[in-house]
Amino acid sequence: MTLQEIIDRLNLTVLTEKKDFTAITPSGVYASDLLSCVMAGAHRRGLWITLQSHVNIVAVAALLDLSAVIITEGSTPEPDVIQKANREEVTLLLTPAPTYTVAGKLWELGLREG
Amino acid sequence: MAQLPLSEQDMLVDRGAGFITRAEELAYELKVEQVMTRDVKTVTPRTLIIDVLNLFREARISGAPVVDQDRLVGVISIEDLIRALRDSGRSELRASVSDYMTTRLVTVNVYDSIIEALKLFAKTKLGRLLVVDRAGRLAGIITKGDITRGLLNALQRDIETEELKRYRASHLFEDIISDRTSLILRYHIAPRDFINGGAASSNIKRALLRLGANPQLARRCGVAVYEAEMNLIIHATNGGDIEVEIEPHQIVIHVTDDGPGIEDIEQAMQPGFSTAPPEIRELGFGAGMGLQNIKRSVDELNIESTPARPRLIMKPKRGREEWELSREPAPGQGTRLTMKFFLQADQSLERHSSTGRESAE
Repeated sequence: MTLQEIIDRLNLTVLTEKKDFTAITPSGVYASDLLSCVMAGAHRRGLWITLQSHVNIVAVAALLDLSAVIITEGSTPEPDVIQKANREEVTLLLTPAPTYTVAGKLWELGLREG
Repeated sequence: MAQLPLSEQDMLVDRGAGFITRAEELAYELKVEQVMTRDVKTVTPRTLIIDVLNLFREARISGAPVVDQDRLVGVISIEDLIRALRDSGRSELRASVSDYMTTRLVTVNVYDSIIEALKLFAKTKLGRLLVVDRAGRLAGIITKGDITRGLLNALQRDIETEELKRYRASHLFEDIISDRTSLILRYHIAPRDFINGGAASSNIKRALLRLGANPQLARRCGVAVYEAEMNLIIHATNGGDIEVEIEPHQIVIHVTDDGPGIEDIEQAMQPGFSTAPPEIRELGFGAGMGLQNIKRSVDELNIESTPARPRLIMKPKRGREEWELSREPAPGQGTRLTMKFFLQADQSLERHSSTGRESAE
């Protein structure tokens, strides 16, 4: 499943620069709001679901080469967070849905934890 | 490619400032003279319409500036030619350019950013703009095609610059001869500076990739340094320092601070143990996994710490019959974390000593 299909099916808002999302196939999904747990558990090129929206999520996503971060509950990041994400080539996606719902929908789409 | 900033209301508003793409940045950085077409076919006011028609056909162009003795006086385009033909058929082909040219000159300066040209394109709906030099003389023309080409070239240069940097750095260890060469990177981390949290680790990761390190190793170093960096930001009173010593066969990272020290290192190593205050936990830190992640990433880990320790101060009173006792613990004297990464022979940063040079991930 490509990132573009995920964006379309979950109706996610792309906050960062548009890329060719059809060429990105996330390797798996991880959900947590604790950054060190993400460091330990997320997969390289995977998706990360969180309601954190502060600047450190960009550092974590960049270090782990994540495909994208899905920020839940409409927790919109500040413009400088988005700017930094663009510099680090990290894709940020936003949804009003809570983490549980997003995880459930991704599971239904056939994405397992990876 | 990212969308170009063509509509006025999408540009230059504060709200949008966070959404600036690299292409938009370049629209401000690149100058008109860097992308314009210089070799421009021009006509004079006295050129005959028939000759303009032939010029357009031969040169495959659809417009040309009109210049009179070095002075820019107008533009003639294919639309003007159609107008001439419509007016009175073939006889008008003997008319002069001056009868049909447009004298309203829409110009940009050679030193303008191409964003100015983009704004004019959006405003005027013109297909080409005249470019003038500092003396007001024609220097070239610019089309949207020129801008697209210029932006693509600049983006390509960005990529090539990174490749060149990577190429140069990746030969560092073979180009410099000594008995033992090492590269030292130093970073100071300010306390509670969450905004820049992760900057040192991403710079270290990038440096390692440029030096030709295996991506998996760069990622392991990045994760370990990130956790140590965040520990300095969260716990160390005055922040601390990160020193990375890179050698072809090993990477040694020292993280030092003069903070409160770790009271019980073995307890601190337990997954889930954290002393982070609640306001920091709200940001997603303090999971108690930091040292665990470091342990998982490194090949060797050494932690030395001097926490606050009991201290008894005794002063004699009244002829040494009685003693005044005070119990003030001696303050902690900081922590020193040493993380080592050993590179296998096929991952060595020194190319000629390695077997699998371009090692896969």
